[in-house]
Amino acid sequence: MASRKTTQPKRDTEDKYSILLPTYNERENLPLIVWLLVKYLGESGFNYEIIVIDDGSPDGTLEVAEQLQKIYGGDKILLRPREKKLGLGTAYIHGMKHATGNFIIIMDADLSHHPKFIPEFIQKQKEGNYDVVSGTRYRGDGGVYGWDLRRKLISRGANFLTQVLLRPGASDLTGSFRLYKKSALESLVERCVSKGYVFQMEMIVRARQLNFTIGEVPISFVDRVYGESKLGGNEIVSFAKGLLMLFATT
Amino acid sequence: MTKLMQWLFGASLLGGLWALVSFDLLDLNLPHTYREVAWPMPLYLLVSFGCFSLATVGYRVATFNDCDAAAKELQEQIREAREDLRRRGLKM
Ligand SMILES: Nc1nc2c(ncn2[C@@H]2O[C@H](COP(=O)(O)OP(=O)(O)O)[C@@H](O)[C@H]2O)c(=O)[nH]1
Repeated sequence: MASRKTTQPKRDTEDKYSILLPTYNERENLPLIVWLLVKYLGESGFNYEIIVIDDGSPDGTLEVAEQLQKIYGGDKILLRPREKKLGLGTAYIHGMKHATGNFIIIMDADLSHHPKFIPEFIQKQKEGNYDVVSGTRYRGDGGVYGWDLRRKLISRGANFLTQVLLRPGASDLTGSFRLYKKSALESLVERCVSKGYVFQMEMIVRARQLNFTIGEVPISFVDRVYGESKLGGNEIVSFAKGLLMLFATT
Repeated sequence: MTKLMQWLFGASLLGGLWALVSFDLLDLNLPHTYREVAWPMPLYLLVSFGCFSLATVGYRVATFNDCDAAAKELQEQIREAREDLRRRGLKM
């Protein structure tokens, strides 16, 4: 009898993907996003871990996360909670410190980012050995669900202005569904100073500055089903400020 | 060089060129038509850029994909996930 070769396609065994899920009051959404992650990543056979960074949500998100850990196992679901709400930017830094993968995926836990795109991100990354792969709502089959005309107009207008002023080399600057090489993300967060929407913008702009390569994958963005997303005067003002800051300093 | 510097640099270059031709600063005795064309050029450029911007943004808003299918798929998966998670003993 000759050698017993497995017929299964071989995966790069070294590659591991750490998914960072910052949560604040996502008790409803967290189990669903985790279920979808396990479904899509498990099916494709990638080596992965999910890191939940809960900032002391009063709705008991952490307790749900603990239940999920029991169901799916402590090697797949890692909990790295913090005492209180300290913001998204530092949540990423905190999560990254505990990540064991050589790739990091950042996404919202509110179901606006669908895990089905992650295998496409990974595929894209491998194609061009990109440092960053960014999801984009503005290209190809990408799009949004649940936005009215006003929201679309603001979004497209702001995006156009940003493209003209910053020429960032990526079509979706404010989206936060991205895959990074861990080393790339580390040097990026070190340099980024802004918060909120602007933080995501700054990450891409600085990536360009550091000559990181950026790949893009069209995504459909389904605006949060539970809880509400905000786009008010405040967001627009802070976006404008951030844009000017990046314009003057990068 | 920051983006702001790039813009200032570009603007002063174009501005200089424009002044040169419009006011014939170097006394090159340029034909009168040159000056007549150059003089209102900044306004033309500004207006055309404005039109281009409006058209681009308008077109992109109109063609912004509505992902109805994705939303529907998500709703179905949410139902499926809920059932499965309950079976596995998750208390929501
Ligand atoms: N850990 C942590 N997560 C947060 C914080 N703020 C927002 N999030 C989470 O980050 C994601 C995006 O939230 P948010 O910016 O409010 O949503 P958007 O306006 O719909 O993009 C969601 O998964 C939130 O639960 C925070 O201060 N700490």
